[in-house]
Amino acid sequence: MAILDIITYPDERLKTGCEPVETFDPALQSFIDHLIETCAQGPGAVGIAAPQVGILQRICLVDATRARRPVDNHGHLVLINPEITSWDGFAVGREGCLSVPDYTGKVIRAERIEIKAQDRFGAPCTFTMTGFEARIAQHEVDHLDGILFLDRLVSRHADLKRRTPT
Amino acid sequence: MQNNWLILTLVGEDHPGIVANVTRVLFAVGAELGEAAMMRLGNQFAIMMMVRSAGSPEDVIGLLESTRMAFDLKLHVDETDATLHQAREPDVLVTVHGADRAGIVAEVTAALVESGFNILDLRSDVGGTMAAPIYIMQIEGEARRGINAIEAAIAALGAQGLSVRITPIDTVRG
Repeated sequence: MAILDIITYPDERLKTGCEPVETFDPALQSFIDHLIETCAQGPGAVGIAAPQVGILQRICLVDATRARRPVDNHGHLVLINPEITSWDGFAVGREGCLSVPDYTGKVIRAERIEIKAQDRFGAPCTFTMTGFEARIAQHEVDHLDGILFLDRLVSRHADLKRRTPT
Repeated sequence: MQNNWLILTLVGEDHPGIVANVTRVLFAVGAELGEAAMMRLGNQFAIMMMVRSAGSPEDVIGLLESTRMAFDLKLHVDETDATLHQAREPDVLVTVHGADRAGIVAEVTAALVESGFNILDLRSDVGGTMAAPIYIMQIEGEARRGINAIEAAIAALGAQGLSVRITPIDTVRG
């Protein structure tokens, strides 16, 4: 597997909406494997989206198992053509991005989402995500719509929601 | 010509136009601005800003003399070995509030440093009324010995009339 080059802001491809995946062929499987490897090599990365490596297709990874503290999660997810179908609650949290090195900032996200997608072989799937995992998914789906966390920054001094100690 | 980052600090009564005037003068001579923090403190406006390619500290003070006079500012410029791209990521937010009194910052930060906490960002405000002021402080930093060490260190502060809340900051990087 190969480590793909991460493109960085202000590359215009990061501001471009992505096309749906229609063909679940071996080339897609190979690309997903490379994307998984690239995410694994990203410092502290808990997700990645295809446009971050210059591929403008609706493919992303969400992996809350890599959170520094254990959080509720659905494991290592490959989401193809993901679509968030409901949002509930909101919280301020801190985000960074492989495509925006050396900067983190505060962003408001829904605390609980429902998301439907296809897995890497095209089978439909749905997930109810909360907290950290929901935040990752919203960050990655934003990438597929050409939106960066920089577009959603709130005040540096916005308070963070208290979390239940684990 | 040396081209290290200078750190400029500038304070004066808050008026619209201070930032625009200072940065216009610096831009006109080709200066670069690095990271900056600017805020209103009391009725004063305070600027801390990295500046380079504007000459020596004395040159910068000279360039800004008319702005300083116009806004009645206090200006200070230091040579430093500061560099960019040194950002650190906070993993804990400490929020403190209570009736204002002397010693809150000293007590809280003493407890934090004992627990291995490194402050990256601290903001405090005095709210309430003149007769009954309250002190509110938000500190972001690195819990170098873990969050439990901080919770243990700040436990005694509650007995001194302070509400202290520790919130982990888990950064999503995707």
